[in-house]
Amino acid sequence: MKINPQKCVACGNCTYVCPMGAIYVDPMLKRATINRDECVECYSCYNGLSKEVLPPATVRFVRRTLANFRVRFEPEPDVCPTTAFEPDTLEWPRVVRRAFSDPRVPHESTGVSGRGTEEVKTNDVTGRVGIGEVGFTIELGRPGIGARFRDFQEMSRALAKAGVSFEKNNPITTLMTDVTTGDIRADILNEKVMSAIIEIKVPVERTEEIIRIIWDVEKRIPTQVVIGVGVRCDEEGEEKIVLPILEKLGYNPQRAKTNIGLGRKQIRDLTNAAPVAQPKELVNA
Amino acid sequence: MTNTLHRYGKAESFFDDYIVFSLPAKSKAAGQTGDALAAQKRFMQLAAEYKPVSLGDALHGGSLRPTRSKSIFGHWGKRTRPNFKRVLDGMTKAGTMAAVFDNRANAEAFVKRLKDEDLGLSVNISSSIDNAKNACRAAGIPRHSIAYSLGFEHVGDNTPGKQAIMLSTMCGHGMLSINFAQKMMSFVKENRRTPEEAAQAMARFCSCGIFNTTRAKRILEEVRVGVK
Repeated sequence: MKINPQKCVACGNCTYVCPMGAIYVDPMLKRATINRDECVECYSCYNGLSKEVLPPATVRFVRRTLANFRVRFEPEPDVCPTTAFEPDTLEWPRVVRRAFSDPRVPHESTGVSGRGTEEVKTNDVTGRVGIGEVGFTIELGRPGIGARFRDFQEMSRALAKAGVSFEKNNPITTLMTDVTTGDIRADILNEKVMSAIIEIKVPVERTEEIIRIIWDVEKRIPTQVVIGVGVRCDEEGEEKIVLPILEKLGYNPQRAKTNIGLGRKQIRDLTNAAPVAQPKELVNA
Repeated sequence: MTNTLHRYGKAESFFDDYIVFSLPAKSKAAGQTGDALAAQKRFMQLAAEYKPVSLGDALHGGSLRPTRSKSIFGHWGKRTRPNFKRVLDGMTKAGTMAAVFDNRANAEAFVKRLKDEDLGLSVNISSSIDNAKNACRAAGIPRHSIAYSLGFEHVGDNTPGKQAIMLSTMCGHGMLSINFAQKMMSFVKENRRTPEEAAQAMARFCSCGIFNTTRAKRILEEVRVGVK
């Protein structure tokens, strides 16, 4: 991402909306500037800010004039008043930043969409995690910290050493040069991303061991780790095996994603389905 | 992706936060057949009947999106409001489609309707564990699978600015900056923006449309009066 200095009026709005805090107003240039090493190419500034087309020279004059009277030019906080952001051409290895940071972009680098996979969200169709198994999602970088691939490698090496196998369709796995060691391509190790997920599946007996490995690694890496634990419920819809293990380790899970089991191999044919009555208030709801 | 899973907050803080989303199984190995897009369009049309806070198409955006002014007078124009029709009309590819509800009755009624419709799509509820369990019980559905969030390892309940984390993690992809959430909290506290305006400003950054403006308004009201 780049900021067109001809258009930027240094209003400062974008300095707040950058999830990585990588945008600042340079006091010498008097323009918003991006710290490229910290920028993860998430495009939050470009896609998230509303765009207006105020004339830059006029805005700068008004801002200077108002500032003399201690009055502040204040556009709406989620607006770039002069549409100053312009996408940059990204080349390897920088392109991986965007692939892992901008959720709307499919992985040009890996061919896989998203930062992880469907996990247990489609488990009712795929049967990916069965009874007696645990699917871990180990996410690095959230909330608003970011992570570099060398941090992921630290984690993947520790997990590989424990003999676990990585989910083969996961984007991080596709960037490994050796899944038996957890090594990630050397040319991307310094690239920073918003967040990404390492996915593994182990027998339920290894749940505690895996969590302890994660705890050990997270002490050594300069980012935050957030763990998701995917399990299959029993026939009554209860889960009484993994939760006690998590509680024993001191966790008290508050939130979960619950697959309610409506997935089928055959999606319903809606050719003759009764139409759905449309509510009147679809706009300005 | 785990974009709805790791919202920061205690279970009680999700009493007005239910995300119900559908997705087809993409891998060929799963062997799922049928018209997923048509089923997902019906999923979203049905959701609209139950007064959601937001509808979101992960590919094209949510019901509240950034604006693109072409005239200099756009600076003084009215801001956009949630537009469900645009989400429904814009669906061109099957993916993750989400409906966000701010009350138990509507969320549970929608889940029950989905059971009756039997669309064949995988449906997940992202909320507190008990909220989802109750919704399944009300619909007479045994839960199939659960993905527990173990939370942010080093973010405690007394972390300063925890409300900013509660707000920003409502976009699980991290598109909503903690600094911007903090700024909106300050704007509300200074009475420079209403909680509704601040919540809508934040929602525009969530490209999947899963940001819950009702929960955000509540959090901002608490921030205004200093509730810790």
